[in-house]
Amino acid sequence: MLSHGMKQVGSVSLHRLPGLILAITNPWVAIGIVLLLGFFASYMNALSWADLTYVLPATSLGYVLLALVARFVLHEQVSPLRWLGIALISGGVGFVAGGPALTHPHEESSEDPRLANAARGGAPQAVTGAER
Amino acid sequence: MKHLYTWSGILVVVFFSVVGDNLIARAMKQVGDVHALLKRSGVWTVIGRVLSNANFFLGVAAMALSFFSLLFALSWGDVSLVAPAAASLTFIANAFAAKVFLHEKVDRRRWTAALLVAGGVALLAG
Repeated sequence: MLSHGMKQVGSVSLHRLPGLILAITNPWVAIGIVLLLGFFASYMNALSWADLTYVLPATSLGYVLLALVARFVLHEQVSPLRWLGIALISGGVGFVAGGPALTHPHEESSEDPRLANAARGGAPQAVTGAER
Repeated sequence: MKHLYTWSGILVVVFFSVVGDNLIARAMKQVGDVHALLKRSGVWTVIGRVLSNANFFLGVAAMALSFFSLLFALSWGDVSLVAPAAASLTFIANAFAAKVFLHEKVDRRRWTAALLVAGGVALLAG
C-alpha cells in the first residue's frame, strides 16, 4: 500500500521535503502507515510474553503470505525456488511453534509476583527458570 | 571495492536491526505481559510503561538506523543481494544475540528454525 501510494505521490527529493509530509495525506500511504503501526504493536505485544527467537521466525510467515497473495490474488508466477523458500519458512515456523514460547522468567517476576503469574497464564507453553 | 562497500553496508544493517530487536524485546519483558496488564490496569498504564522505558526508545532508534543503513546499502549494491542477505543474516544473528544478551534458551529446535527461515527468506527475497 505504501509503495502504491508513493507511486501516486511521485518522487520526493531532499529539496522538496514538504512533499514527504503531503504524502501522508494520500489514503494509501495513510492506510499503509496505520497497518505498519498495527504490526509493530502486535510485535511488541508478542514480545511481552514470548521469546525473541520464538516471535521472529513467526513474523517471517508474512513473506509466505505475500508470496501466496502474489500467486493466487495477483496471479503472478512463483518460481520453484520461491516455493522451496515458502516450504523452508513454513518448516522453520513449525519447528519453533512446537516448543515453548518462553524459556526464561520475566524480569518483573521478582518485583510483582501477581504479574508474573498472569504472564505465565498468558503463555500456556511457558517454561519457568526453575524448570530449566 | 564495490563488494566491500555492499557487504559492509549489509553487516551494518544486520547489526542495527539485531540491536533494535533485542532492545525492544528487553523493553517488553520489563513492561510485562501486555494482555495481563491491559486486563488489570488498562491501556494507559501499558502506554505509560512502554513510553517510560529507555530500552524501547533506544530500540526504536536502532531500528531507524537500520532502515537508513539499508538505504545506503541499497545505493551501493543490488537489491537482489542486499535485501535477502540482510534479512536472512538478521535471523541468525538474532538467535546468537538473544542467547547472549536476553539469556533465551536457544536449543537445537530454535537453531534449526532460525536456519530454515533464514534460508527460506533468502530464496523468497532473492
